[in-house]
Amino acid sequence: MSWSSLVPDAIVIVDYDAGNLKSVQRACAEVGVTAAISNDPDRVRRAERVIFPGVGAAGSAMRSLIKTGLDAALKEAILAGTPVLGICLGLQISLDHSEENDTSTLGLIAGRVRRFQFDDPELKIPHMGWNEVRPVAAHPLLAGIEPGDEFYFVHGYYPAPIEQHHVYAVTDYEHDFACALGKDNYFATQFHPEKSGRVGLRLMEQFTCWNGSC
Amino acid sequence: MLSKRLIACLDVRDGKLAKSVKFVDTKDIGDPVEKAREYYADGLDELVFYDITASSDNRSIMLDVVEAVAREVFIPLSVGGGVRSVADATDLRLAGAEKINVNSAAVQRPQLIAECAEAIGDQNVVLSMDIRYAGATQVFPSGYEIVINGGRTPMGIDALAWAREGERLGAGELVVNSIDADGTREGYELTLTAMIAEAVRIPVIASGGAGEPQHLVDVLTTGKADAALVASMVHYGDFSVSELKRYVQDRGVKMRMSW
Repeated sequence: MSWSSLVPDAIVIVDYDAGNLKSVQRACAEVGVTAAISNDPDRVRRAERVIFPGVGAAGSAMRSLIKTGLDAALKEAILAGTPVLGICLGLQISLDHSEENDTSTLGLIAGRVRRFQFDDPELKIPHMGWNEVRPVAAHPLLAGIEPGDEFYFVHGYYPAPIEQHHVYAVTDYEHDFACALGKDNYFATQFHPEKSGRVGLRLMEQFTCWNGSC
Repeated sequence: MLSKRLIACLDVRDGKLAKSVKFVDTKDIGDPVEKAREYYADGLDELVFYDITASSDNRSIMLDVVEAVAREVFIPLSVGGGVRSVADATDLRLAGAEKINVNSAAVQRPQLIAECAEAIGDQNVVLSMDIRYAGATQVFPSGYEIVINGGRTPMGIDALAWAREGERLGAGELVVNSIDADGTREGYELTLTAMIAEAVRIPVIASGGAGEPQHLVDVLTTGKADAALVASMVHYGDFSVSELKRYVQDRGVKMRMSW
């Protein structure tokens, strides 16, 4: 092991074969932080902050996390108080269960992930595009978000947490669903801050200096 | 409530911006990175790069353009033109494209859609369809047919059947590009767009024919499109991105108005 690998990374972006991580890395660079993309569980444990992104299916993502030991590393980092930001699939995997591939997930936050189902054929699935994010409780990462600010979404399943105190923002797609969840030093968004222009970069920037308390 | 999207399409040839009129006689109109930056600052919702480079030698220039744009433009970025394999799609993704557009190669080998969906996720595969009015016949029950090679080669495939097949194979979104309307500035092909939007469950992007702000309103209401794609309207400075969005929003179609 080289000396440099013992130095904690400012941010580690968890690489578990679940999508385009470079856009997250570029957004970190834009707000002034060098982020490393890594699948090394030890680097995740040591990191000052962790971003847990992801697109794709819950089933293959969970298999990949378990196979690499990243599931345990992520849980340990969260228990140790490391600020962690989940994005999109990263959020969905933090609940107990996903209807997608009928998958048991990490169980960091109590609840399930359900498939969008609409009677109205004009409501497209996936929910794709820009939609308003309405904060329902104060959180340091959502500071400065104004009514009418929109973020970019692309997902066919939505989180349904059990306890309302974990919900920090909601979005309306036929019905309101929780689009931002938090518990202590863990925070997660269903939308993609790295693809949401200025307001998204603001959230990313706030994460880079967040100490993990709400 | 989900906003309708305004998407700008930049046709890029040998690293420069070009705009076609009826797919022939393309002319260069500027630096794609500069245009991308300008539209992003002005509230564009999504950006599409279409590589119309003739020679395969110059393909790598496109990767450089995508990489340069991805470093400073933080909205979804979609790239197409000449994508023939999962490897092409992966190269563009690594350069910074979120979504990959497949077109001619998918018509010739439909399995390409499924392969790309498997490799990069359904939601990131956009099936772009060039469509021409043919008149309803037994071969073309919808009255529209699929063409490739910039409209020069008819494929004998019904447009509506191909849209449904694309969805079944795993496309996450469809671009409905009317060859008849493209470059005319006389408005989108509303009948065609609405017919396809009603037949699939995935989002539909209308393309070809925009000339007036009202055309966007029409295609996002009557045409039932989820997004409107513009090119020359904004490239030549006739309209700004924010001006178009304001016009559409003022006519009751929800757009993202703060950025």
